[in-house]
This record gives sequence, C-alpha cells and structure tokens, in this order.
Amino acid sequence: MNTSVRNTIRLLWGALRALLVLTVATGVLYPLAVTGIAQAAFHDKANGSKVRAEGREVGSRLIGQKWNIPGTDRPDPKWFQPRPSNSDYDPLATGSSQLGASDERLVKAVRKAREQVAAFNDVPAAKVPADAATGSASAVDPDISPAYADIQIPRVARANHLTQAQVTKLVHEHTEGRDAGFLGEPRVNVLELNLSLRHLAEH
Amino acid sequence: MSDLLAAVAQVSALIAALALVHRPLGDYMARVYSSERHLRVERWMYRAVGADPDAEMRWPAYLRGVLAFSLVSVSLLYLLQRVQDKLPLSLGFAPIDPDQAFNTAASFVSNTNWQSYSGETAMSHLTQTAGLAVQNFVSAAVGMAVAIAMVRGFARSRTGELGNFWADLVRGVVRILLPISAVAAVVLVALGAVQNFADIHSVTTLTGDHQRLTGGAVASQEAIKDLGTNGGGFYNANSAHPFENPNGISNLLEIFLLLVIPFSLPRTFGTLVGSVRQGYAIVAAMAGIWLAGVIAVTWLEFAHPGAASQLAGGSMEGKEQRFGEGGSSLFAVSTTMTSTGSVDSFHDSFQGLSGGVLLFGMMIGEIAPGGVGSGLYGMLVMAVVAVFLAGLMVGRTPEYLGKKLGSRQIKLAACFILITPALVLIGTAVAMATGEGESSMTNTGAHGFSEVLYAYTSASNNNGSAFAGFGADTVYHNTALGLCMLLGRFLPMVFVLALAGSLAGQTPVPATAGTLRSDKPLFTGVLVATIVVVAGLTFFPALALGPLAEGLAV
Repeated sequence: MNTSVRNTIRLLWGALRALLVLTVATGVLYPLAVTGIAQAAFHDKANGSKVRAEGREVGSRLIGQKWNIPGTDRPDPKWFQPRPSNSDYDPLATGSSQLGASDERLVKAVRKAREQVAAFNDVPAAKVPADAATGSASAVDPDISPAYADIQIPRVARANHLTQAQVTKLVHEHTEGRDAGFLGEPRVNVLELNLSLRHLAEH
Repeated sequence: MSDLLAAVAQVSALIAALALVHRPLGDYMARVYSSERHLRVERWMYRAVGADPDAEMRWPAYLRGVLAFSLVSVSLLYLLQRVQDKLPLSLGFAPIDPDQAFNTAASFVSNTNWQSYSGETAMSHLTQTAGLAVQNFVSAAVGMAVAIAMVRGFARSRTGELGNFWADLVRGVVRILLPISAVAAVVLVALGAVQNFADIHSVTTLTGDHQRLTGGAVASQEAIKDLGTNGGGFYNANSAHPFENPNGISNLLEIFLLLVIPFSLPRTFGTLVGSVRQGYAIVAAMAGIWLAGVIAVTWLEFAHPGAASQLAGGSMEGKEQRFGEGGSSLFAVSTTMTSTGSVDSFHDSFQGLSGGVLLFGMMIGEIAPGGVGSGLYGMLVMAVVAVFLAGLMVGRTPEYLGKKLGSRQIKLAACFILITPALVLIGTAVAMATGEGESSMTNTGAHGFSEVLYAYTSASNNNGSAFAGFGADTVYHNTALGLCMLLGRFLPMVFVLALAGSLAGQTPVPATAGTLRSDKPLFTGVLVATIVVVAGLTFFPALALGPLAEGLAV
C-alpha cells in the first residue's frame, strides 16, 4: 500500500473518531442534560403544556383543536371556532396551504371562508378579520385574533344560553396582549377560552 | 400600540440586543480561536481523535481535514437513516429511502438543513438527536473554522499556516456553540417549547374528538438550529409550530440566536487582524443590507397587495396569529439572509415581491450577515473583489489589510463567487427543461417558477428554507438538490482556504497615502454596491421571470 492511500485512511479514521466523540457530546450528553433540567424545572411546559378537564387530558394549550359537532365536520355553534387549518388540526401533519398571495385558488378559499364565517356568525363579510379567513402556518395555531373572538360572541352566547355581557367578559379575560408589551400580536387562546366557557355554561 | 409601531419596536429591540452582545461575544470568540490553552475536556477529545491540536496546518491539510470530516459525516448520517427502524427510539418509523436519505445527509452536513421529509412522521428520536442535531453543531463549527482560517490568512504573514482544523472544530463546539445552546434551550423550555422523549399519544378532546400529540427533544434542537444557522425543524411546520416557538418572546429570541454569531464574527475578525474598525466596515455592510430587506418585506406584508390578501384584509395566510405580519417578516428576512432557513411562517404565501426580496437575500450569497462562518468568509471574498474593483478605478495594485491582491487571489475570489450562481441557474434551468420542475410545483405561472428557483437558490446557498409548495421529495430533486448543497458548500471552501493560504504566505506591504482605506464608510459603500451589482447582474433575468413578474402583475 502506498503512503497516500495509507494517509487517507488514517485521516478518515481520525475524522470518524472525531465525529463519534462530538456525537457523544452534542447528540447524547447535551440533549440529556437539557431534558434533565427542563423536566426538573419546567415539568409542565417540557411535556407540552397539557390541559386537563373532567379528570383527563383534553389537549395542549399550545396546540389548536377543531370544535365541530361530534361526529360531523360542521363547526359547533356553542364553541368559539379556530382559524382554518390545512390539516384539520392534526399535529402529525403540520404545515400550510403554500398558495401564493395572488393565487386564484387562494382567492377562492379566502372568499369561501369569509362567507362561511360571516354566515355562521351572522355578521357582514366585511367584519370577518384576516386570521379567520386564512390558514395558519402550523395548521395547529392555538390562537385567534381578538377581533375574530368578538364577532363570535353573540352566536356563542345564544347557543349556550348565556348573556352577551357574560361571554364578552370571558373573552376579555382570555385576551392576551402583546408579549412584554410589544412582541407578537394580541390573541385569544381558543382551548382555554372554550374551557372557561364550558365552566360558565354548566354553572 | 399599532401593529406597525410594534414591528418597529421589535426590530429596534433586536438591533439593541445585537449591538450589546456583539462586542463581548466577538472578543470571546477571538480569544477562543487564538488561545494556547486547552480545556481538560478538549484534551480528552483530542486524545480520542488522535490529533495533535498544536500542529499547524497549511491550507491543503486544513482542507483535507474539512473534507474528511464532512465525508464521514455524510456517510454516517446516511447510514443512520437507512437503519433507524432497527435502532432504539424508532417510534415505529420505517427506514428513509436512499434518495431522501442522501438528500438529508447532504443537507445537514452542508449546514443547509433543507428538508424533503416531514419531521414528525419520518425521523426517529434517535435520528433527530444523535444524527441531525449533531450535524447542527458540527456543520456550524466547520463553517466557523473555515472563517477563522480565512481571517488567519489576513492576520498572519510569511507563513502558509492557517491553524489546526481539529482544534478549531472542537473549540467551536465546546466553547461557543454548546454553552450558548444549552442556556437558550432551557430558556425556550421556560417559554413553552417541549423537551421530552415521549411517544406520540392520543387524547380525547372536549368534543369527543381524538387528537394525536407529539413530543420530542425539541428545545435542545431548536436552540442549535437557530444558533448554528441550520434551520432544520423538528416538526414539518418548523418554527411556526407552537412546540418549537410558543410566543412572541421565543420568536424574538430565535431571531436573535440566528443573527448573533454572524453579526459578532466581524468583531472577531477585526480583533484578530488588529483593527476593530476593519470589522465594523464589514458589519456595517451586512447590517445595511439586512435592514433594507427587513424594511422592504415588512412594508410589503403590511401593504399586502396580493389579490387573496386584499380580499382577506391582511397577509395572514401561512402565518401564525401570535407572530402576525411584523414578527413573521423579521424572521423571514433574518433566516434567508443568514444561511438558516428555519421559518416561523411560510414564504410561499408571502406577497410576490416579498418572495423576491427573500430570494435576493439568498442570491447575494448569504453574506448579510450570512451563516455562522460562511457569512464572514463570503463577505471577505466580496471585500477582496470590491478592493480589486476600486483598485482598477484608480489604476493601483489593489491591497487589502496589507496583502497584495494579485492575479492568483482574484482568480480564486472569482471562482468562489461563480460557483453558487452556476449551481442555482443551471440547476433551475435543467429542472425546468426536463419538466421535473413543473411537475413539482404547487402554484402555477410566475409563482410556480419562483418555487423552483427558490428551491435551487436555497439549496446551492445552503439556506434550507423553501417555497414549501415545491414537491421536493422526488428521486430527481432529492439527488439534484443534494448535489447542489454539497457542491455549494464545499467547493467555495476549497477556494477560500486556497485564498487564505496564499495570503498568509505573503510579506505585508506597508499602507501608503494611496492605499484604499478599508475601515471607512466609503469602503462599506463600495462593498455594498459590489455585492448588489454582482448578484443583480447574475440573477436579474431569473428574478424577472418569477417574483418580479408576479409582483408587477398585481
């Protein structure tokens, strides 16, 4: 065997050992250490901010859900409804429509969503906010805009035999401002809002 | 506070944070790469590797180290994906097909992190943490090592020696990337990102519906994914997924992470060449281009001229409510102008002209501020070209930082800047000519063409973001894009190291009254103009067919 082949083999062998050493450091020790700290210090968050009701886990506050009439794919008027989702709120198929901002199909989808939301909540289409007519990026967006929550109040109040004032108060309690006052957008977490709504309707 | 005002406040806070951190971090990195001392843990590592960390390497030896390490990385990562079903923590997932496994291996080793797979339903926990996450660290460290070798080329004289690749690699991981990532990962968990090794489990919702929830070592990967300008998301939705990026604070933290090393390295460069003002001239060019991109995209997204966005009353398709247009625009520009490619919103659904700005950010070679390491060496090559052009104007032999830029140096710089445009344009042209491009489009017309152009631009420049409507998981695109990623990463490194070697061997020439002052605002202006002209001339025809045609048709 000549020297250049031998040198190449020695080089590759060294490279392989380097990769294995660094794999132990960054691929085993690092994630385990972070997991250990995370599980000890932030147990709930590290495990997905689970939400419990009726003594069982009913979802995650960070993962949006659909709120349809059981057994159908029609939205249930008694719940606050989330944004349109490209995957029907399946966390195993996250992602968006990928349609361009001027695409004909997207224009059609937006028009249809606006009309549906307007009819469902009995408001003019002009009052439907942008987030209600567009699909989110993750397809499991847990939030809606305060404007979208607002137009749902009369319908939700009616379906739950509550007064509009009661539901409005609930929405205000669940409206989060911008994080730290200037980061992100104001929003309402749909799962938490609906949980409180259920509590209110049952008592 | 209005949306626009909040967006301005957000950018201002980000700039303030970067301005505050770049100095201590830049100086720290300069010390890391010039220190003579080895930490105990590093000594163990060198012993395990069988390398002498104090042995100086000339450029061919340094390059051999880079290539050998990367070749081994590609092979091992390929193998890991092919047998993941037989290893622990497999989640029951099947092995990845050969073409996709090659694509993914090339992608993560080249710091691209283009993903033609969907994370939550393809890669096992073991592949994610021991394969993909490892490359997030080491590919970033390789980029930084090459950048430091380039800086040594300017800083050293009458020697051809550029340092020791193994020492630079290990120090980058142990002293820079690991500690920052660990802190950032814990902060991300505190904000709501998940960090566990749980299986997929099903819950019954209040309506009696079933929803399958996922887990994973997400925060630890998220931190290095952004810090190392990698971009490969744990989940398909990437940083738009609430488990990866739960709120407005985590969003800004992630943007900060992906910019902090690229914007601090010019300080490292300035310190190592003995004049921090040289570094500031470079960082000013980077920051100027980045800020122009942020302003353009933010303005376009708020104006939302696209027909569907007009109808909806906002550019919210493919965006999350908690980030809105402002947070999404800032993330999009920062991820495409570094080599990151993680996304908190889907660029395919941005306004047509915004897509053009994002594309242009990649086409200028990802140097504003660019990937960790690759941004700095890319920018320094452009600085060499800018000095050369200025030298031609006044008829003097150009020199930069006391080094003569003769025909060898200019040839190497020219080869460097020709590689990625050639890969992008030839790759796009062949895909369009063979019909492979068209069959993978989600959109039609000009926007469909933009999808193909974006894919080949992203891969060749090692970005990794996508107009994700593009159906990348075909044997053709997996192979072609995989080759673009490898060639787009490692061929430029060959020329960078050769250039560094030739510079380090020179005897410095003293500065005279006629020397172009490369630490002045004038030079920053020349540099920006050079970058825009070179990229503009190369890519304008392709941009005209895609995003410009779409944007002007509105």
